[in-house]
Amino acid sequence: MAEQTLSVSLKQVPQGRLGVWLLIVGELIIFGSLVVCYLLYRLRFPSWVEQTQHTSTFYGGLNTFVLLTSSYTIVKANDAALKKDLAKMSRYMLTTIFCGLIFLAVKSTEYAHEIGAGFTLTSPGLQATNPVGATFWSFYYIMTGLHATHVLAGMVTLFVVWLDARKGRNIHRVELGGLYWHMVDLIWIFLFPLLYIAK
Amino acid sequence: METPHSTTHAPQGFWTKYLFSTDHKTIGIQYMITGLFMAAVGGFLAYVFRYNLAFPGESIPLFGQLDAMHYNAFVTNHGMIMVLFVGMPFLVSGLGNLLIPLMIGTDDMAFPTLNMMSFWIFLVSCLVMVAAFFVPGGAFGGGWTLYPPLSASGYVNRNPAFWSTFFSATPMFILGVALEFVSMLMGGINFLVTTINKRAEGMTPFKIPLIVWFLNIATLDFMVSVGPLVAGAVMLLLDNVVGTGFYDPARGGDPVLFQHLFWFFGHPEVYVLLLPALGVMGEIIPVFSRKPLFAYRTIIYLSLIAAVLSVVVWAHHQFIAGIDPRMATFFSIGTIIISIPFAGVFLSFMATLWGGSIRFTMPMIWALGFIGLFLIGGLTGLYLGSSTFDIYAHDTYFVVAHFHYTMFPVVFFGFFSAVYFWFPKFTGKHLNHTLGMIHFWLTFIPFNVTFFVLFFNGLAGQHRRVNEYSSFSNIMKEPYITFEKISTIGAIVLMVSQFIFLYNLFISLRKGRKAEKNPWDSNTLEWQADSPPVHGNFNPYPVVYHGPYEYSHPSSEQDFVPQDNPIVLKTN
Repeated sequence: MAEQTLSVSLKQVPQGRLGVWLLIVGELIIFGSLVVCYLLYRLRFPSWVEQTQHTSTFYGGLNTFVLLTSSYTIVKANDAALKKDLAKMSRYMLTTIFCGLIFLAVKSTEYAHEIGAGFTLTSPGLQATNPVGATFWSFYYIMTGLHATHVLAGMVTLFVVWLDARKGRNIHRVELGGLYWHMVDLIWIFLFPLLYIAK
Repeated sequence: METPHSTTHAPQGFWTKYLFSTDHKTIGIQYMITGLFMAAVGGFLAYVFRYNLAFPGESIPLFGQLDAMHYNAFVTNHGMIMVLFVGMPFLVSGLGNLLIPLMIGTDDMAFPTLNMMSFWIFLVSCLVMVAAFFVPGGAFGGGWTLYPPLSASGYVNRNPAFWSTFFSATPMFILGVALEFVSMLMGGINFLVTTINKRAEGMTPFKIPLIVWFLNIATLDFMVSVGPLVAGAVMLLLDNVVGTGFYDPARGGDPVLFQHLFWFFGHPEVYVLLLPALGVMGEIIPVFSRKPLFAYRTIIYLSLIAAVLSVVVWAHHQFIAGIDPRMATFFSIGTIIISIPFAGVFLSFMATLWGGSIRFTMPMIWALGFIGLFLIGGLTGLYLGSSTFDIYAHDTYFVVAHFHYTMFPVVFFGFFSAVYFWFPKFTGKHLNHTLGMIHFWLTFIPFNVTFFVLFFNGLAGQHRRVNEYSSFSNIMKEPYITFEKISTIGAIVLMVSQFIFLYNLFISLRKGRKAEKNPWDSNTLEWQADSPPVHGNFNPYPVVYHGPYEYSHPSSEQDFVPQDNPIVLKTN
C-alpha cells in the first residue's frame, strides 16, 4: 500500500509545474558548474582581488534591489491570478517585465563603464601586463552575460504568458513563469557576492 | 490539468501526420530514421579511415585519397556522431518516445509540442554536424573529446573565408553538440514528467516495466551530468571564437579543467546509453524465456546505485593527464566498484534464462548476442579501470577495441533487438525471419573480426590517432599489419551486411505478414493496444492489475498474464 500513496502523491503535482522544476534543476547545474570553475580559479589566483576592486558594487547592488523587487511583484501577480483579479495580475506582470528592463539597462551602463576602462571579454590592454587578471574579466562577462540572457529569456516568457493571461486564458502559467523568474533571481543572489562583494 | 479521457481525433493532412507531428509514435520513428541516416554517415567515415589504416596511401573506393587533415576530421566526427547522433536518438529519444506512453498506458507525452520541437532541434543539430564537412577548411579534426589547447586555438581546420567566425570547424562542432544537448534536455523533461504524471490507473512504481525505469534513470543521469559540459563548452567556444583564456595556461587557464568538465558528462553518457539497452534486454529475455524477470526490484535499485556512482568515476579517462596519483586511486576504485551493479543486472538476466523455456526468436538472438559481446567489453573495462594498466594502454587500440566492445553492442545490438521486437507493434507487419537471422550472423561475426584483433595491436602499442604507421617499427611488422587488414575487411563486411537490415525493413513493410495485437505473448501494456496503435493509443485507458513479468504463473491458464487482465493471481 505504500506504493499506492507514493504514486498518487507524485501525480498531484501538475505536469507544467513539474516540467519547470526539472528545467530549473538543469539550469542550476549549468550555472553551478560555472560558479565552481570560477571558485577554483579564484582560489588558485589570490591576485584576482586586484581585479575585483574594479567591479561596481553600486551597480551590482542596484540590480540586486531591482531583481528582488521584481520577484516580489511576480508573487503578487500570481496571488492576483489565483484570485482571478485579471487587471491587478496584468499590472504586476508588466511591472515585473519592466523591472527586468531596468535590470538590463543598469547592466548595459555597467558594461559600458567597464569596457570604457579597458576591461572586456579578453581585456587586450590588461593581457600585456597581467594576463592572469584578464581571465577574471572573462569569467565576469561570461557569468553576468549568461545571467543577463536568462533575464531576457524570462522577460520574453512572461510577456508571452501575459498575452494570454490578461484575457483569462492559461492563468496557471503565471505561476510557471514566476518559478523561472525566481530561478533567475536566485542565480543573481549567488553571482552578486562572488563578483561584486568578495573583494 | 486533468487529461481528458477521450481520444483526440488524429491529424489528417500529410504534413501534420508525418512531418510536423506531435504524436509520440511518429516522433520516435522520426528520431530513429534520423539516427539511421547519421549511422550511415558515421559508418562511411569509419569505412574511409579504416581502409586508409589497412592500405595506407592507396586510393579509397568511393572516396579517393585521404590526407592527414581529413583523417583527423573523420575520426573525430565518427566518434561524436556515433555516440550523440546515433546512440542517443536510437536508444534514448527514439525508444523513449515510442515506448514510454504506451508502456505506462497513456495517450501521448506530457508536452507533445515540446516533444516535436526537441526533434526538430535535434534534426538541425544533425544538419550542423554534416554541414561542417562542406565549409572551407573541413570538419573539426581535434579529436572527439575536443581537448584544448588544440580546440581552443583558432587554427584547427579553420575556414579561411571572411565569414569564418561561426562557420568554421570548431564552432560548428560545438554548436551541433550544444543543440543536441538542448534537444535531449527538452526530451528528458518530457520523459520524466510523463512517467511521473501520466501513468495508467494502478501502474504503481514497481509495476512499471524495466525499460521505462531505465530510460528515466538514464534521462536523470543525463540531466545531472550535462550541465558542466554545457558550461565548459561555452567557455571553449569563447576561447575559440573571441580569444578568451579560460583554457590558456599563459593566462592562468587550465586545459585539464575542460577534461574534467567533458568527462563529468562523457562518462555518465556511457551509462545513459547502456541503461536503455539493458532495459530492452530486460523486456525481451523474460518474454522469450517465459519466466518472470529475476530480481526485478533489486536491479532497479542496483541501476539507481550505478547512476549515482556514474558521476564519480569520470577521471579514469585522465590517468595520463597529470592528475594527482591519490585522485587516480580514488577513481580507479570507483570505476571497479561501478561494475558491481551492472554485474548484478547481468546476473539477473542469466538467472532469468536459467531453466526457462527459451524461444530463439530474432529479438532473443540479438539480446543473447548483446550479452556475450558486452561481457567482453565489460571485462576489458576492468583492466582499464585500474590506473596502473591504463597508463600503459592509454590512447592505444586496446582502448578502442574495449570501447567498441561496449558501445557497439549497446547502440546497435540494443537498437536491433528493439527493432526486431517492437517492429510488429509499430508497423503492423512482421519482419522476415530468415533475413533477420542472416543479418544477425553477418553482424555478430564481422564485428568480432573487426575489433578482436585490435586488442593485440593495442597491446603492441598502436596509437589510436595516427593515420600512417610507416615510422613505427613496433607496429609495421607481422602480425600487426595483417591484423589491420583483417580488421578493415571485417568492418567492410559489417557495414555491407547492414543493407540486409534495410532491405528487410523495406520488404517487410510492403509485403510482410500482418502482425496480430500480441505476437510474442507479452504482458506489458503496449501489446494490448492495436498494431499499429491508433492516435491516442488506448480506448478506453487500461487499468493495471499486475506487474510486467507474470509469465508461467501457476494459477493462470495461459503462460502469460497481461498487465491489464483483471484476474486474481494466487500467491503461495
